Amino acid sequence: MTFTPTLAILYLLLWPLTSPAVAQEKSIVVASTTSTQDSGLFEYLLPKFTAKTGIKVKVIAQGTGQALDTGRRGDADVVFVHAKSAEEKFLAEGHGVTRYPVMYNDFVLIGPMSDPAGVKGLKDVAKALQTIKDKNAIFISRGDRSGTNIAELNLWKDAGIDIAKDHGPWYKAIGQGMGAALNTASASNAYVLSDRGTWIHFKNKGDLRIVVEGDKRMFNQYGVMLVNPAKHPTVKKELGQAFIDYLISPEGQQVIAGYKIDGQQLFFPNANDPNA
Amino acid sequence: MPEGVSALQLVFTADPSLVAIIKLSLLVSLSAVVLAALIGLPAGALVALTRFPGRQALIVFLNGLMGLPPVVVGLTVYLMLSRSGPLGPWGILFTPAAMVIAQTILVAPIIAALTRQTVEDLAVAYHDELAAMKVGPLGRVATLLWDARFSLVTALLAGFGRAAAEVGAIIIVGGNIEGYTRTMTTAIALETSKGDLPLAIGLGMVLIAIVFVVNALADVVRRAGRSMAG
Amino acid sequence: MRAPSHDLPIVLEKVGFRAGAVTILDDISLTLNAGGTTILIGPNGAGKTTLLRLLMGLAPASQGRLAWGGREGAAPERLSMVFQRPVMLQRSAAANVLYALSAAGVPRSERAARCAALLQTVGLSGLARRPARRLSGGEQQRLALARALARDPSVLFLDEPTASLDPAGTKAIEDLVQTIAARGVKVIMSTHDLGQARRLADDIVLLHRGRVVEHASTNSFFTAPATEEARTFIAGELLL
Repeated sequence: MTFTPTLAILYLLLWPLTSPAVAQEKSIVVASTTSTQDSGLFEYLLPKFTAKTGIKVKVIAQGTGQALDTGRRGDADVVFVHAKSAEEKFLAEGHGVTRYPVMYNDFVLIGPMSDPAGVKGLKDVAKALQTIKDKNAIFISRGDRSGTNIAELNLWKDAGIDIAKDHGPWYKAIGQGMGAALNTASASNAYVLSDRGTWIHFKNKGDLRIVVEGDKRMFNQYGVMLVNPAKHPTVKKELGQAFIDYLISPEGQQVIAGYKIDGQQLFFPNANDPNA
Repeated sequence: MPEGVSALQLVFTADPSLVAIIKLSLLVSLSAVVLAALIGLPAGALVALTRFPGRQALIVFLNGLMGLPPVVVGLTVYLMLSRSGPLGPWGILFTPAAMVIAQTILVAPIIAALTRQTVEDLAVAYHDELAAMKVGPLGRVATLLWDARFSLVTALLAGFGRAAAEVGAIIIVGGNIEGYTRTMTTAIALETSKGDLPLAIGLGMVLIAIVFVVNALADVVRRAGRSMAG
Repeated sequence: MRAPSHDLPIVLEKVGFRAGAVTILDDISLTLNAGGTTILIGPNGAGKTTLLRLLMGLAPASQGRLAWGGREGAAPERLSMVFQRPVMLQRSAAANVLYALSAAGVPRSERAARCAALLQTVGLSGLARRPARRLSGGEQQRLALARALARDPSVLFLDEPTASLDPAGTKAIEDLVQTIAARGVKVIMSTHDLGQARRLADDIVLLHRGRVVEHASTNSFFTAPATEEARTFIAGELLL
């Protein structure tokens, strides 16, 4: 048994694996969130972007915290998340160039049909959370430093509750993405805060439905940033900027608005809003 | 089971993205087994045939490495391959090559440990004959590995099983990018998190079927080899 | 006919072998000359296998001196050994012989011809392509002999080669041993079959409890044994 055939097999096996790294195809890595991916927006939007520019977009979907971390390490060219305070911290640290608002969707409070806490139809989400706590109704938290998680924690704060100190066994932090949280809520007939996009797209609703929506505090703003090439010279700044420019362009904004599930629009473009 | 039936139907329509996912899964896992074998077979044989201080401790360590948690390996490889990490310039994070590396690290100890055990058992039986024929150390390694080839196929299959089934390492170093680094296990994880359980189960069934097919093929090869050279 | 080897006579002087606390061979002094088949006999546990392995170089002596051809400290030319249960490599019969030829340093171009000749000698030409592990016990033993001969040895050791064979297989091996001895190879063999010893040996060494009890030509050993142990053994009684 000589070595030559073995080497030949090795070479053949490894060659296709190295081509993506070696080939000069136009591509960027975008670190985004699992909720954005789970909503299905990328499957709708990215092919249009690639058709127009020839740039392939590789999306790494993680929790917001992890996505920003990926940007900090220079492993992504663009970060596209929805947690303004975390994004501004990212900028302040010098890892991003500029933050552009892109779109918003909203969060909805999901609960079981039986509504054990009796919060359906409330207009004040903080009050609803307070009621859930008082009634010891089961609540699923993502507990993963994601944008959704941060929004949830802020809502508890609005209700005057220090949820980190003040929770009982009814509050379950699972440390996973939106889909997993919804699955868990569906299986345990529990309440959970979700972004509307993931909720509409979610195929395992079971006995769950929206119980509270429309409160201004449930607003979920998305921002996009180019990872700073000054700090990370390998960042593909022209291609990354092209993606950002597309997202905030009238054409891109229209595509975002055009994404619907069951006739419902999920994301509302607002790149022109200076306060977003 | 209504969900099971619809999953099967999905499989039989041979969706192109499903085919791509299957191809990538096989490519990554088989490549990892080949590389792991190139490392593990000689390493296992060497440990089996040599005596040195600390050898027993090394064997215990090697056996323990079989239980390396995939997610820890994935994280470590990620930190090495990250642009901010020591091997950043290689630029292979979030590519299939990174996935192969992570799985090779997981599979090599399995092959090495099983090889060591097989070769050690054989070495005892073969010792006098090979010594009488004045076969040198390298010759001994080659001879024992070749003569043990049928048992070693089982070790390779164990390695393949481990690689094909794991998701913790490759989802971190690969990023589960659609069309590039999405394999069957990472796709199952994704579809589950999207709540699309029928597709997740369907992919799971395909994965199990493929692993069984690989095992059956290996058995055919082994039997043919046995009858030819016994 | 092989040229007389420089390795003979083999001289052992007070050779001993210990495994841990157990003494297996004790105070062995022997001279084994060229030109005759030497057979070691003795009850099980007498140390026959250990002595053969020691001579072969598979086990080092714990004490005493071993000289080849009267030269102290010199290594023997070429030795081969056939074990009681030979291990067949997982490949064809011919491949086993080719392996031995390769290990013996025979140039690649000559191997095929030598292999065919060796298989012919042991009568396995028709089974060259058969997987070695599927040969019968007798055939495997003959193949082991072919492997051993691949080294073109000056001394050939055999450890109870026919112990597990039927009479036909035994005869085949005995005939081969005689052929090999006739070619000038020094044959040193162990057996517990007295009849075999009588048939094949030119001189007999009787081992008992790790010591050489008697060493004599076959004729004198069987007709006029010098020791009590020899007489007991020849009579077929248990030698305790």
